[in-house]
Amino acid sequence: MTSQEFPASLAKGRSLERTVTSKTIFSSVMTGLVFACAILALIPLLALLFYVISKGAVRLSPQLFTQLPPPPFQRDSPQFSSGGFGNAIVGTFMTVGIASLISIPFGILSAIYLSEFARDTKLANAVSFFTNVLSGVPSIVMGVFAYSLIVIAITSLVKGSPSYSAIAAGFALAVLMLPTIVRTSTEALESVPNNLRQASTGLGASNYQTIFRVILPAAVPAILTGIILAIARAAGETAPIIFTALFSNFWNWDPWRPTATLSVLVYNFAISPFANWQELAWAASLVLITLVLFANVLARWIIRKR
Amino acid sequence: MTSNLHQSVQTDNVLHTENVNIYYGDFLAVKEVNLDVPKNAITAFIGPSGCGKSTVLRCFNRLNDLIKSFHLDGKILYNGQDIYAPEIDAVEVRRQIGMVFQQPNPFPKSIYDNIAFGPRLLGYKGDMDELVERSLKRGALWEDVKDKLKAMGTDISGGQQQRLCIARAIAVQPEVILMDEPCASLDPVSTLKIEDLMQELKEDYTLVIVTHNMQQASRASDYTAFFNVQANEEGQRTGFIEEYDRTESIFQSPKKKATQEYVSGRFG
Repeated sequence: MTSQEFPASLAKGRSLERTVTSKTIFSSVMTGLVFACAILALIPLLALLFYVISKGAVRLSPQLFTQLPPPPFQRDSPQFSSGGFGNAIVGTFMTVGIASLISIPFGILSAIYLSEFARDTKLANAVSFFTNVLSGVPSIVMGVFAYSLIVIAITSLVKGSPSYSAIAAGFALAVLMLPTIVRTSTEALESVPNNLRQASTGLGASNYQTIFRVILPAAVPAILTGIILAIARAAGETAPIIFTALFSNFWNWDPWRPTATLSVLVYNFAISPFANWQELAWAASLVLITLVLFANVLARWIIRKR
Repeated sequence: MTSNLHQSVQTDNVLHTENVNIYYGDFLAVKEVNLDVPKNAITAFIGPSGCGKSTVLRCFNRLNDLIKSFHLDGKILYNGQDIYAPEIDAVEVRRQIGMVFQQPNPFPKSIYDNIAFGPRLLGYKGDMDELVERSLKRGALWEDVKDKLKAMGTDISGGQQQRLCIARAIAVQPEVILMDEPCASLDPVSTLKIEDLMQELKEDYTLVIVTHNMQQASRASDYTAFFNVQANEEGQRTGFIEEYDRTESIFQSPKKKATQEYVSGRFG
């Protein structure tokens, strides 16, 4: 091919100086537009934080964490600002704790199978497809499922009669957490470089020694991040808890008994007609949001640290 | 094509192969490998890309088992024992025949834990500090890292990482160390360090190295196998050993024309 076949040069000889054309104007307008949209996306979160903090902070005091929910009081009553929701905080940790105990081992072990034993097989693809389907199931449906399976069937078997319980709520939350944990853990394990597997195998490590001494430790930060995000999401779930843990106005340490949680307390108290309960609902929202934000920051910090 | 080493040298052979054909699925990757790897010497595999040198090397510690479609026929004898016999545990084979890879691949753990990894697998009960120090000294890395054993093995330079990987392989006291292009990703200074190290190591170990660098093979090795490759009618390329002899013979008086051409840099 000779140079004669090209048209006259398109680039060479053009002016290098800035010129204002329709193209440069369009470019500036678009830059301004996408910037405005990015700021707009922040507004809901900032507005929500502002609203929850301004409404909830008035009731923020140590007694919230130590006292039980009060009976309804009139605004002029001296006891209007009494009470707290210590039992709901304990209950939230209890249900999420039970959910974590179930979903973390299951999730990590199935991720190990998907990543280390069945990678790129039909079975692995099928399992990850159904895991994704599971993550799309509405949480209220998970609640119904846990209600019929745990509240009615299993509790009757174990305890003699059906009962709402932290265990039932923990089970529902565990099923909700499982897809997140399986997906993030599988990705974390798969992203461990293959040359580490070869190095370990070359040193005479068995398959399990390679997984538990090399692959899993290398993937721990990413797995931990996924777990924290799953926990943060589960802590705020309400729908599957309403008819699994139900609620309780009292301290409860028995996982087989109805249990108060922050999210259900917000739901119950916010729609009540009593002003002191509504204030508590705001305070509980603030505590819940703080917990979730804290978990997210922790997850970010772990990601950055590795 | 048969090894003329059988006749020309009297040595103890650690590894001995008999008519080994290596397949990936139906594809014949390397054919009719017959060679002896002498004890306490460095044997180099040279040859053009795709000739199967690394493939053969990885058969010696059964690392190819990780590839599902891999299989071989023929025999690979390690101290007279067929390592592909059904009663053989591949994990045990790999403990006695260590491996150093092309890319330095230290674990994302401390330097100390990298070295201690192999001994811990074997349930070593002795003085681990002492073993780590001895291995690092043997790997010519002790002076560089003695003050930072807790530092990550991945945070040192590439040349140091490769010496760490060699020290890690040494820590379990294998009999053979396989090295798959150990200097391919290193600068010339680090390369010379590794080559010096190999000379020291052959007193205690048997080394087999794959290299693309002919100067390295001629400088560092005692025996050289020249691998070549030929394509069949369907275009499938199968590797084979063209010539295997003492390194001086391969580089100064090769018997095959292809070897002559390769070592003088005329192809490959």
